Amino acid sequence: MSLMMKVLRYEIHNTIRSKWVILYTFFFFLLGYTLFSLSGDVDKAYISLMNIVLIVIPLVSSIFGAIYLYSSREFIEMMLSQPIDRKSLFAGIYFGTSIPLAAGYLIGIITPFLIFGKVKEQTEGLIFLVLIGIALTFVFTAISFLITVLQDDKAKGLGLIILIWLVFSVIYDGIVLFIVYYFEEYPLENIMIALSIINPIDLGRILFLIKFNISALMGYTGAVFQKFFGSYLGVLISAACIFFWIIIPLFFSTKIFQKKDF
Amino acid sequence: MIEIKDLNKKFGKTEVLKNISLTIESGKVTAIVGPNGSGKTTLIKSVLGLVKQTAGEILVDGESTNGNFNYRNKIGYMPQTAKYPDNLTANELLSLVKDLRANDDIHSKKIIEPLNIKGELEKPFKNLSGGTKQKVSVLISFAFNPQIYFLDEPTAGLDPISSSYFKDLVAIEKENKKTIVLTSHIMGEIQELADEIVFLLEGEIKFKGTINSLLDHKKETKLERAIAELMSGEKL
Repeated sequence: MSLMMKVLRYEIHNTIRSKWVILYTFFFFLLGYTLFSLSGDVDKAYISLMNIVLIVIPLVSSIFGAIYLYSSREFIEMMLSQPIDRKSLFAGIYFGTSIPLAAGYLIGIITPFLIFGKVKEQTEGLIFLVLIGIALTFVFTAISFLITVLQDDKAKGLGLIILIWLVFSVIYDGIVLFIVYYFEEYPLENIMIALSIINPIDLGRILFLIKFNISALMGYTGAVFQKFFGSYLGVLISAACIFFWIIIPLFFSTKIFQKKDF
Repeated sequence: MIEIKDLNKKFGKTEVLKNISLTIESGKVTAIVGPNGSGKTTLIKSVLGLVKQTAGEILVDGESTNGNFNYRNKIGYMPQTAKYPDNLTANELLSLVKDLRANDDIHSKKIIEPLNIKGELEKPFKNLSGGTKQKVSVLISFAFNPQIYFLDEPTAGLDPISSSYFKDLVAIEKENKKTIVLTSHIMGEIQELADEIVFLLEGEIKFKGTINSLLDHKKETKLERAIAELMSGEKL
């Protein structure tokens, strides 16, 4: 077994017992349960669920990831005095944090679908919800790990992480709206596609919208979106983008971690 | 044996270790002493690879530590403060370390009883006191029969019974020809355990030699006074 897998096994043990991960799982369960109980319409419940998932997962993954890594500092010191290379240790901690979060989300979100017997009605939607949720978990844990290795001061690091979350989930959309408004006389469709792909939260949202055929509401842009994201190439590019959002922060944080003094 | 050649470490613009050259021999207890911030912990961490040196070379049994991690199979390290993952137990941590290390755990059974931690090994770390965590730290560093020990203020936080047992352990390992490096601010402890003293001041070695040679030189009978004189900056 590789050194990374050895660390991962124990990290998962540690994280899974954290009351925050249990609470997080329960949160999604309760959310789904309440939405399905209150509304008979699966689609409506599903869209509400999606909106909350897109806000909550990035926030919780990045804050949990950062707090976890900051509080592991002494443990990292202890582990680095053992015969293990830094790359394996860092990868072990990263996956040991993100996998339990993703698993918690998966269990929390699937259970209400099973209880209410909505899986058949919304199979494709559920798969979308699960995949996008898990992808966002890995993306935002990776971003938070990058910030954490860059910034030793916990308060500053957490502040920065909340700021990044705010930019991606709120401010970015404002900027996009501004661009659309300001350049309304120009053909912006391709730029809009590029802008939405760059932001992982927006990308998730658009994939949901396309799936629900609500893109028609967005007029011509919606039609262009539908054409792009509905094509194989579009799906491929979107998946690659999400993948880069995981790989790039992880690559740089590992590089920095390898040179860091403890 | 540990050889340190022209070791230099800067944190930003601050030079914490200034061209340190030092040989630490096996079968001896070497104490690194010096005021707070003199670079003791940084020196130890450089050998462990926790701190990356700015310049210089460190050899552990003739093997360079740079870009290497297998040499740490030979090392048992007790950090200044012991802090472990909240939800893991000591037994789980011990098996994690065992998974990583090439050598087997041959000592832990013998150590657990006298340290009086048998009942604590299945509890998660978040429920353990600071002293108990320190005892787990003793357990982990001694269990795998390392050739070299780095003990950074090991007895701070230990109760008198465990502390005296710990000193017995160090004495036994010295008999076994192990290399032992320790730091402490308790001079009595150093006088009791150490053969060699390395005195660090502002990142430079100001004295290296046996305790007796230091006492003779300073014409003192108490190590504490001799060290205090060194700290006041007087040249040797």
